[in-house]
Amino acid sequence: MKTHWKILVVDDEEVMCESLAAWLREDGYAVDTADSGRAAVEKARQTDYAIYFVDLKMPGGMDGIETMMQVRRLHPEASIIIITAYATVDTAIAAMKEGAQEYIVKPCNPEEISLLVSRIVKVKNLQRENAILRKRLSHRYSAHDVISKNPRMRQILGLAGEVASLRSTVLITGESGTGKEMIARAIHTSGDRAQKAFVAVSCAALAETLLESELFGHEKGSFTGATERKRGKFEMADGGTIFLDEIGDISPKLQGDLLRVLQERTFYRVGGSEEVRVDVRVIAATHVDLQAAVAEGKFRDDLYYRLNVIEIRIPPLRERREDIPLLARHFLERLSHELGKDVGEITESALKVLMDYNWPGNVRELENAVERALVTCRGQELTDEDFSFLARNGLANRAWAIPAGMTLQEMEKQLITATLERTGGNIKESASILGIDRSTMYEKIKRYDIAR
Amino acid sequence: MKYLCLAAMGEVDGAVAAAISERLERQFALPVRRMDLPAVDFAYDSARRQYGSVPVLTALVSQCPDDALKLVALTERDLFIPALTFVYGQAQLGGRVAVVSLARLRQEFYGLPSNPAVFLERALKEALHETGHTFGLVHCAERECAMSLATNIRQIDSKRAAFCASCAGHLRRRAKE
Repeated sequence: MKTHWKILVVDDEEVMCESLAAWLREDGYAVDTADSGRAAVEKARQTDYAIYFVDLKMPGGMDGIETMMQVRRLHPEASIIIITAYATVDTAIAAMKEGAQEYIVKPCNPEEISLLVSRIVKVKNLQRENAILRKRLSHRYSAHDVISKNPRMRQILGLAGEVASLRSTVLITGESGTGKEMIARAIHTSGDRAQKAFVAVSCAALAETLLESELFGHEKGSFTGATERKRGKFEMADGGTIFLDEIGDISPKLQGDLLRVLQERTFYRVGGSEEVRVDVRVIAATHVDLQAAVAEGKFRDDLYYRLNVIEIRIPPLRERREDIPLLARHFLERLSHELGKDVGEITESALKVLMDYNWPGNVRELENAVERALVTCRGQELTDEDFSFLARNGLANRAWAIPAGMTLQEMEKQLITATLERTGGNIKESASILGIDRSTMYEKIKRYDIAR
Repeated sequence: MKYLCLAAMGEVDGAVAAAISERLERQFALPVRRMDLPAVDFAYDSARRQYGSVPVLTALVSQCPDDALKLVALTERDLFIPALTFVYGQAQLGGRVAVVSLARLRQEFYGLPSNPAVFLERALKEALHETGHTFGLVHCAERECAMSLATNIRQIDSKRAAFCASCAGHLRRRAKE
């Protein structure tokens, strides 16, 4: 929308001022005029104009450059276009040096002014969108927004707040879906690096060589396909925070490289000989037991101790069941808005289903479950019916919780039933999972009278 | 009964004026009365060798009949405002008067052979555009809409002599007020 952006045209010549303002108004902008530099500064104090057209030569002791300097003191982000009838290289240089966005000579081609204004507005729209997104993101990941009444979680949030402004490395442990990245972002946004980049890397997602180039960047020609020099995530995170997820999965070579970055804050790009220095706070996360990996010789102990300066262990959702209703209602509120559904409540019976479920996928699984229930929900509240798919998942979970006293045949029947549930009744896939051939599978289904 | 007034400022192509009158009548569902006004010589700027559209609009305000809803004037002269090298026309946004210059709408202006059909089509678009401004319409992002901004002749040629659905809707609402 153009009308959001206000423009001020400043010229002592009334016809010039009013006619340009009228022309810009036809384009949909809200335009004011000022007949002197002083009047312009006065208006700038009262209104936040996005663009100023300022005539260079104005009487009254304040010319265009002086006006621009005073306006910029009030609004450093304003775009100022100096207009002059007498262009000289010196005045153009002086104007640009003092921060003019453009310097145009009147009369100007209408196309030129139109393109200039639309270009400035485009940049301003992007800047505003960026600011809104940043604000939304920082709100979403603020420690105050992590929902929990569990004493252990409250303690974790307190610790996250305390360590936010330190540079120490943090190791976050916890099962998949417990919100390790969210805690990492909360630490980042609560500290003094909040305005700088937060760069998240999943170490498990990439092969060793790709991960190396992803983390440290590479020089042009360092390997096949490296057609350009590329900055790595460490460089991108300079001044900010890098979040290394699934750190337990990195290779011994990368463990060594990472140790060097943590110790010396320097590294080399892949194929490069120039040492790159960065100021990055490292937050690592893992769902595996790193101490056990160290004991087995799979993870370097020196790196483990470097990473584990501050450890935050996030409990799984099943250990903080009191948070389930809070989280479910929070996801319902957010997702119903995002999905445009008019669903405002969760029934008690539905909450009971959620409380009884084991949540192997933790908070992420709960969020997905609420979304799935919302998509299929036809009423104005989520009922236990809307979460019936969890019962099927639960059956799959229960298959592994075999009570003592069960016969081997009963156990086999339950295992086959659960596997068929998981594969949606696919015999070939189920047989492959169970490690038997298809004919044996058919025979067992028949023998145990398993419905498909 | 309110009406639109279409004025020729000095000598203006009669066929074009007649076609514009008919088009405005149909588009705005209002009767159009034709009138002749003095040429725009009073607005001549010897330094620019063009005619200032601001003094033209000022003159039109005093010449607009009291009972006319809008006064749209046509001139064969090339118009300008001080900040710009030229304008195809100018209107009071949401006001009563507008002027359209036909000078740059002719093929001859660009060193090309005369083409009356192209000239007429351009004149219709610009007359709709400036009249639309007097009804409060601002430039439209729809490139084909008569209200889209044209800063060169190609842009005029790429739009249609009609309003888009959104601008037409705005005009209907304004007509009811």
